[in-house]
Amino acid sequence: MFAFIARRIIQAILVMLVISLVGFSIKDQIGDPVRDLVGERVTPAERAEIAEKMGLNDPFFTQYYRFVKNAVTKGDLGRSFLYNKPNLEVILHHAPATIELVFGTALIIIVISLPLGVYCALRPRTFLSRFTMSFSTLGVSMPVYLTAILLIFLFAIHWQVLPSYGRGDTIDLFGLGWWSTGLLTIDGLRHLILPCVSLSTLMLPLFIRLIRSEMMEVLETEYIKYAWAKGLSPARVWMVHAFKNTLLPVITVFGVQIGIMFAFTLLTELVFQWPGMGFMFLEAVHRADISLLIAYLVVVACLFVVVNTVVDILYGFINPTVRITGTK
Amino acid sequence: MSHLLEVKNLEVKFALRFGDITAINDVSFTLDKRERLGLVGESGAGKSVTGFSIINLISKPGFISKGSIWFEGNEISKYNDAQMREIRGNRIAMIFQDPMMTLNPVFTIGFQMVETLLAHRNISRAEARAIALEKLKKVHIPSPEQRLDQYPHELSGGMRQRVIIAISLLSDPAIIIADEPTTALDVTIQAEIMDLLQELCETDNMGLILITHDLGVVSQVTQKIAVMYAGKIIEFGPTDQVVHNPVHPYTIGLIGSIPGSIPPGQDLKQIPGMMPTLTDIPPGCAFNPRCELKQDICTRETPVLMEKQNGIMAACHMK
Amino acid sequence: MKTRLEKFKESYFLYSFKRDKVAIFSFVTLTVFVILALTAPWIAPMNPYDSANIDIMNSELPPVWMEEGTSEFLLGTDNQGRDMLSTMLYGLRTSIIIGVGAVALQGIIGVVVGLLAGYLGGKTDAILMRLADIQFSFPYLMVAIFLSAIFQVVFGLGSFERLAIPLLTIIIGLSNWPMFARTIRASVMGEKNKEYVEAARVIGLPRWTIMFRHILPNSLTSVMVISTIQVANAVMSEAALSFLGLGMPVTKPSLGSLIRAGQEFFFSGSWWITVFPGIWLVIFVLVINLLGDWLRDVFNPKLYKG
Repeated sequence: MFAFIARRIIQAILVMLVISLVGFSIKDQIGDPVRDLVGERVTPAERAEIAEKMGLNDPFFTQYYRFVKNAVTKGDLGRSFLYNKPNLEVILHHAPATIELVFGTALIIIVISLPLGVYCALRPRTFLSRFTMSFSTLGVSMPVYLTAILLIFLFAIHWQVLPSYGRGDTIDLFGLGWWSTGLLTIDGLRHLILPCVSLSTLMLPLFIRLIRSEMMEVLETEYIKYAWAKGLSPARVWMVHAFKNTLLPVITVFGVQIGIMFAFTLLTELVFQWPGMGFMFLEAVHRADISLLIAYLVVVACLFVVVNTVVDILYGFINPTVRITGTK
Repeated sequence: MSHLLEVKNLEVKFALRFGDITAINDVSFTLDKRERLGLVGESGAGKSVTGFSIINLISKPGFISKGSIWFEGNEISKYNDAQMREIRGNRIAMIFQDPMMTLNPVFTIGFQMVETLLAHRNISRAEARAIALEKLKKVHIPSPEQRLDQYPHELSGGMRQRVIIAISLLSDPAIIIADEPTTALDVTIQAEIMDLLQELCETDNMGLILITHDLGVVSQVTQKIAVMYAGKIIEFGPTDQVVHNPVHPYTIGLIGSIPGSIPPGQDLKQIPGMMPTLTDIPPGCAFNPRCELKQDICTRETPVLMEKQNGIMAACHMK
Repeated sequence: MKTRLEKFKESYFLYSFKRDKVAIFSFVTLTVFVILALTAPWIAPMNPYDSANIDIMNSELPPVWMEEGTSEFLLGTDNQGRDMLSTMLYGLRTSIIIGVGAVALQGIIGVVVGLLAGYLGGKTDAILMRLADIQFSFPYLMVAIFLSAIFQVVFGLGSFERLAIPLLTIIIGLSNWPMFARTIRASVMGEKNKEYVEAARVIGLPRWTIMFRHILPNSLTSVMVISTIQVANAVMSEAALSFLGLGMPVTKPSLGSLIRAGQEFFFSGSWWITVFPGIWLVIFVLVINLLGDWLRDVFNPKLYKG
């Protein structure tokens, strides 16, 4: 088990090194650290002096080494000229909004897709199953932002029951200054509903289909037939024997899809004017803030790698067969 | 006196898109206390379907279309699901073909044993665990204590089949139905498992229905044999009679094809051709295209199972 | 010897197509869409990319069946006075060009990488597949967004907008090649130890011939199934990028940029600027997805036996 975890962590570090190298090369080619630091109103001579002081004339790998060292030891990912603050601070400030969005969406997906997927597997011929299956193809073909726009129109403008833009009231957590949450106020929660629902329509069809097909496959196996032959009740055969085997592949996919959801938060954040990382990213693109873009790349990559690694390790804990291969 | 198990004129059909096909056709046999019966035939002959229909677990499009099954004087083929669950794994236990696929990979051996007991008896988890342990000892598993907390993939195939036998023993059933219990195992382990099954049936007073394609195995373990061909029993009788003086040309062919059944130096005989698939069974005797004794009548009339010699019943026009 | 046409007429493929109403419907709809898109310059009432045709006085006119609607603009006009119908036809054309081009690029990269990795094995395989794994662990939309962000900064907004079509094709192509590479590699691994490949090797055919003439044709069904789904994905990516303002510019709108442009007018009553391109896009992607599902069912033997 230890060897398995260690191997996954080494892999994760290697991936991060590759990503940071790519990110740094881009920054090295098109970024402008001098401007990031002092703005544009300096003479060429001053610029050259500052560049020399910052070590911008050093060989590529010396600079790369410094970049990685600063990032790992000081959490220093450079400076954003757009916000005139360290990049990491800017990102941290926007992160809670996005994470809450993803968290809420994940919750909706789990609560809806598990029962519906299992139901469709157990009763494939009923009206509800057929309806769900055809509706899910439509769902896959529907862009999130279109769903979001329609939801805003219906719930916020036409019926005026839910708020449309922003996060609403937030509470500053632990007095940190950057960690604000909308989960603790009624208004904050109400603001979360529409963005989370529209984001979840993207993944719901996929999960319902996945759970359904995995479950149907499991129901055909010998060990399920044997569970019946042992005289177990349907509830036990379905909810204990079939369910756990269904869940294993679903968990892996869930880990990957959470990552993918981060990409789609950009779209929902734009529609809902949600002050998260995606919104910040788009701002950075429009103002050509390369330094912030690269920092965002590194942070998001790090997030993905951590989530993937944790999911893999969790999977190892749940699935007994993986544990053994891991210790070999 | 009533039999422990009686299968009367069983017919099983599979509902397919283009119509129903008959997988089991008019099969009848009985099993008494402590009796061991072998169901023999090629794959597709209907032996497994017969076994599964006894506990009403035929795979999906299949259903019992005619006939009845009586167990301890009750017509269990009329039972509903809840009543049937009281029989399955409790009074009639099953052993499946491939031990690698039979146990659920994500639960421990102990978990899978305890849940079986708890499904049938009102006892505590600790009591159930104690019984599980006792049964594991009974099937001669080394360090049984430790096995309870292991996962199926940590055991070898032979060991897993022992675990499955132990599971079937849990609630002291009246009958064990073993569907090709040794086919997926190494030859050396096959003999051990068969010996174990036979020994347990004797010590625990259980009836056994052994489903197999291997006449050699059946002849060592059982007292009666039913030979099946294309969904029908074509020969039925005491094991030593069927093995040494078979009546039906198919059985003769089967026995002739076992290595060791004939003197050294002679060629093994093979039955020419293949068993027909269920969708195109020839008219008359289903065996007629492959039969050496075939006459006109064989293609016109279906032979019925009749008393022939030495207690053997056979379905053949020519004998 | 039967001709190819005769063989095709008797195939399982055609047989199951004729029996499946959804497949026929999707295929017909898709064909209509493609024809409309390709003939857009001739059939569209006006050329929305030409600013000479646009009169700002015509902006935000509703569709013809509503009050204030005129028969000149059947589906109304957008906020800049462009005819919606024409703009949607041109937008679809752009989406199809980028979608098909991007999938072709993905296919080429994927096939080459997949063949190399699968056939050569060893270190080549390990390095190539590790790369694919790393990229695969990131959502392709994220990669595409990032690439377009970088491209936009490098080229500057002006050049990016001028070169938008080829650039978007490259961006979407680069962002999603690992899917093809993995599939091709998997089928090469399955095929390469078969006897016919062994035979080809024994008679001394060069590696590339074996790979392209012998192994590749056997992977083609899976390539076909993936390509269909990927075209739908590519069209969706293009629309998403354009919606984010990282794709087609408002002067040459694709369906995504139209939806984006219409968003603010939607809430003030001009719903048609968003809704028509939205429905247009959804139907287009939906029929491709339905066809893809059907193809997968036909070609996956595991599925059609059960």
